[in-house]
Amino acid sequence: MIQTPTLRLATDIGGTFTDTVIVDEQDTVIASTKTLTTHENPAEGAMQGAKRALVAAKARIEDISGFIHGTTLATNALIEKRGARVATITTQGFRDILEIAYERRYSQYDINIEKTDLLVPRERSLTVPERMSAAGEVIEALDVGALPKLLEELEATGADAVAICLLHSYANSSHEEQLRDLLHAARPDLVISISSEVSPEAREFDRLCTTIANAYIQPMMARYLDAFAARFAQEGLRCPILMMTAGGGMTTLQTAAQFPIRLVESGPAGGAILAAHIAAESGLDEVLSFDMGGTTAKLCLIDKAQPQSSRQFEIGRAARFIKGSGMPVRIPVIEMIEIGAGGGSIAGVDRLGRLTVGPKSAGSEPGPVAFGRGGTEPTVSDADIALGYIQAETFAEGQFQIDVAAAKTALATFIGEPLGLDAFGAGDGVSRIVDESMASAGRTHAVESGKDLGPRTMIAFGGNGPLHACRVARSAGVERILVPANPGVGSAVGFLFAPVSFEIVRSRYEMLQTIDLGAINTLFDSICAEALSVVRQGDATSEIETRRIAYMRYHGQGHEIEIGLPDRPLTADDLGPLAAAFEAAYSRQFSRPVPGMVIEILNWSVHIATATGREAVQMPMPPLRTISPPERRHIFCDVHARHVEAAFVHRDSLVPGDTLSGPALVVEPQTTTFVGTDFTLLVDARGNLILNREVTA
Amino acid sequence: MTHISPARLQVMWNRLLAVVEEQGQTLIRAAFSPIVRECGDISAGIFDAQGQMLAQAVTGTPGHINTMAEAVKTLRERFPAQMMKPGDIYMTNDPWLASGHLNDFLLMMPVFKSGQVIGYTSCTSHLVDLGGLGMGPEGSDIYDEGLLIPPCKLVDQGEVSALLMDIVRANSREPIANEGDIYALIACCEAGADRLVRMMNDYELETLDALSDYIITTSRRGTLDAISRVPAGVYFNEMTMDGYEKPLTLKAKLTVTEDRLHLDFAGTSGCSAKGINVPLNYATAYSVFAMRCIIGADIPNNAGSLEPFVVTGPTDCILNAQRPAPVAMRHTLGQMTPDLVLGCLHQALPDKVPAEGASCMYDLPMRHTADAARNGGREFAVELVHNGGTGARPMLDGLSATAFPSGVFGSQVEMTEATAPVTIWKRELLPDSGGAGQFRGGLGQRIEMTSSIDEPFLVFLSVERLRNPAAGRAGGLAGAVGRIRVDGRPADIAGKCELRVEPGERLIFDTPGGGGFGDPAERDPGLLAQDMASGLVTPDGARRDYGAGL
Repeated sequence: MIQTPTLRLATDIGGTFTDTVIVDEQDTVIASTKTLTTHENPAEGAMQGAKRALVAAKARIEDISGFIHGTTLATNALIEKRGARVATITTQGFRDILEIAYERRYSQYDINIEKTDLLVPRERSLTVPERMSAAGEVIEALDVGALPKLLEELEATGADAVAICLLHSYANSSHEEQLRDLLHAARPDLVISISSEVSPEAREFDRLCTTIANAYIQPMMARYLDAFAARFAQEGLRCPILMMTAGGGMTTLQTAAQFPIRLVESGPAGGAILAAHIAAESGLDEVLSFDMGGTTAKLCLIDKAQPQSSRQFEIGRAARFIKGSGMPVRIPVIEMIEIGAGGGSIAGVDRLGRLTVGPKSAGSEPGPVAFGRGGTEPTVSDADIALGYIQAETFAEGQFQIDVAAAKTALATFIGEPLGLDAFGAGDGVSRIVDESMASAGRTHAVESGKDLGPRTMIAFGGNGPLHACRVARSAGVERILVPANPGVGSAVGFLFAPVSFEIVRSRYEMLQTIDLGAINTLFDSICAEALSVVRQGDATSEIETRRIAYMRYHGQGHEIEIGLPDRPLTADDLGPLAAAFEAAYSRQFSRPVPGMVIEILNWSVHIATATGREAVQMPMPPLRTISPPERRHIFCDVHARHVEAAFVHRDSLVPGDTLSGPALVVEPQTTTFVGTDFTLLVDARGNLILNREVTA
Repeated sequence: MTHISPARLQVMWNRLLAVVEEQGQTLIRAAFSPIVRECGDISAGIFDAQGQMLAQAVTGTPGHINTMAEAVKTLRERFPAQMMKPGDIYMTNDPWLASGHLNDFLLMMPVFKSGQVIGYTSCTSHLVDLGGLGMGPEGSDIYDEGLLIPPCKLVDQGEVSALLMDIVRANSREPIANEGDIYALIACCEAGADRLVRMMNDYELETLDALSDYIITTSRRGTLDAISRVPAGVYFNEMTMDGYEKPLTLKAKLTVTEDRLHLDFAGTSGCSAKGINVPLNYATAYSVFAMRCIIGADIPNNAGSLEPFVVTGPTDCILNAQRPAPVAMRHTLGQMTPDLVLGCLHQALPDKVPAEGASCMYDLPMRHTADAARNGGREFAVELVHNGGTGARPMLDGLSATAFPSGVFGSQVEMTEATAPVTIWKRELLPDSGGAGQFRGGLGQRIEMTSSIDEPFLVFLSVERLRNPAAGRAGGLAGAVGRIRVDGRPADIAGKCELRVEPGERLIFDTPGGGGFGDPAERDPGLLAQDMASGLVTPDGARRDYGAGL
């Protein structure tokens, strides 16, 4: 009798491709596929991918004991405005929270900006008499007598979903709950989201936006998740499906259907989780993950194998990825900087004669000029092709014909002519501009986070990450790069390392010196129990890790610092050490504490996750072996701006211990790793490619 | 000097822009002053060895545009480069050298490479309190307004002057925050210098000459090209403002030639006895900002792009106030200068310039009363910021309750109530307050608040457009004026004063609406119907302003 293998499968449905990965009990990838996303019915594409991967793994769907799913569906519905017709109900006197927002323009010099479309026009913004104080005391009771009129107004809006956001509901949710129950009794057909459940944090504008976004995608995501689960069950899947969240954890289908807003950006989160997993396994304390695809690049800081997290995210930023131009949602997310720089980013020369790249992208249709599918303007991929970093014969497993001459002509015409450069000079310029912009974004992001890029190891993946890693690292002052196995399907692989987790942030204003410990302990009891019950639905038995956090700052400052709290009720004895922990963290970021200042706390959070048991495992380095691959290719040197020969090698021919000096191209089915002239390549014991920069004085 | 290709120079320029942004972020993150962190009221810049500005961070308010460039020029004249040592930093808060009032501190640091000064970093930030009468218009001269520090050396080869820090602490109600903010400024200069040297090492540069040439030449060429498309001529405009003790006239003459825009304030009223006077550097910053929004907005600020814009004014007009005039609230009128200059530009470029807006922000510092504090009441201090509507654009409606020309953030009600003992009962757009037009001005908002405890509170007012509304353009109507009252009191409250609100009294303030653009009769009936359906325009308003029958 054959032992049934225990396999786990992850599927990541992206805008263009659906990636499927299967791992065995040792978490070794035994099959991975890329299939086209089927937009009509995404479950179908996922099923095709799963079937192909199962064939490659020589397994049956019944053998799958863990199934993790991530999707851009929620994000896309928000960006493409394909959600429900939402009405809002806010406190009387505050009908215009959305329109008034933060009273600011996101672009200083552009007098023709338009305000972000926040999905609910004023006609569908309703109010109800009631009032809570900041401390959660009822100032005015919810006026039940106003309900018939409210129902009439609601009917007139034609809304099929409702977002309720009453002032200070994070401090006392009773009015929101009462109103929801009353509405539900009268209109059971309505889908209702209340802000005290979706995002119980102070700042009415952000909380309302988050609640609207949740209500907007809830009907559709609930239907989709139902259909997805049914489709796989029908094919014989026996295990429950867990959903990947923006925070980098997994959650149950039931929770996902209730809070679909937490599913946005789960694909990129998977990439960061993969990088964190590799960081843990390789014992890397400071990492910069670099995920570059066709239209955007994402960078994430990972310290001690923990991706940086944030509580805020913006959906659908206007062109140029301007901060403040999107719809803010406050949910736990892995903090990433995303910029409009990918293989498809279009290059050009502006009216001042400045060379520019992106954020406009040729995407996959019409795509780069060299793909011959109608693209006419040169892109980053065209530059990489002209410079010889992408070799025509190996690109995308030979699925595309690459027209190198067309790429060069486009570069020479659009960039070279206005700047007096040939195709190589133009391609080199495009590459430098785009790589510098990614490095700059990374540096600025690090400063904003009070961190430094220099000592970090870059973990590069995504279709274009390994190709641009050396160039971006050089600009960013990073000297070590790691390219993991299967870099082209990094996000899906990452899903398989995510814990089942749930995080709740709740606002309550306290000054450290006058803190009401009883109230804070009660608050933690309630959010811990709530988060634990969600986690237990996804995993009933595993060991649990609980992180309690206070977001602290000096009174008068706007920037908060996360301070970990002990996993137990707080006592007066904890206050001294907490103040000390804050001052120490503050000094690390701003070089010195400020004596005599009052410390205040607005937000409290708990993060409960199944233990991942990630620990650095030493693997002895095999003996080094300098290799000199016989195959060579002409490339344009990215350091000295001249033509040189580069080594050319297939990744599957390399074994641990192999080392060679750049320039070199290491090709594999879904991407190429370009080893710059000033880098050396080493294959480590796990098969990761390690690129080290030879620093000249 | 070896030839560097334009593509590589562009890469370096991009890096330099990233360096100033990093510099600015460092300052904002470490700052204590609420207006800095909420509104980004700072600037950070990099200068070449000749003191020409190469890059400036795009931060929250335009009040520092070019003021820093002028300040660096003055400090370099006062302190010769030969005398500078690595680690030195210079400082001043002189309103006529830095940024128009005592709260703005400016620092400048020489950057050394191979023993030579190769450039400078500089930054400005708003400190919370410099003593005197504090942030309000009540001072009668600059000496009433607090501590003025002439140009001096703050840091000597890495060592912070203990005496200067003692003086700054001893002259402030917020000594610790002030000290913290000065340290943030020092960190900002140092971060910029460090990043600049690193960048030069990365690109193997010994001097900034070639890069400076490229940036300034490219920017000047682009700006001149944009100016050449503005019809040459002389354009006049005039506006009446509420003022403090009496109404004021602001006058402008804009002379456009092929390579220059020259704005002059001749004819503008003389100074006020109170602190709403504006040093020319500040009036220049906002005027140039407005011109650059229309002309060459895509070109970053630097010596090349700013050079063709010249602003002058007769001494002792209120937009070129001389020492020792009080200037604490110089932003009240300073923020009106964009409307003044846009009124000139509209004549040259009728399809590019928006109508007048509320413009001056409704900055409302509030605190406990002295008697409440004496009786053991709750002490607090908050600064609420709210805005009116912006002017309608030639192809678009104005923005409701949105800051322009400043870039401040409005306060969130839940945050205000968590930190101050007030209850806000209403914050809603004010129907019919947007000036009618083919394109409608942005709406103002109504805010109502009471004390949430049994104690009074104080509000320090210095706002505009309570009597003189934002005018429309091209046939558009004016927006509504602002209005401040206390429910139950017979008379409205003046725009510039100290107001005491008793427990149980309700303070109601309406911010002004923006002016309309184009004849209201030309408004798309669909857009008017939409405005009425959403309640932004009432049936009465539609009849009155648009002649609409029902």
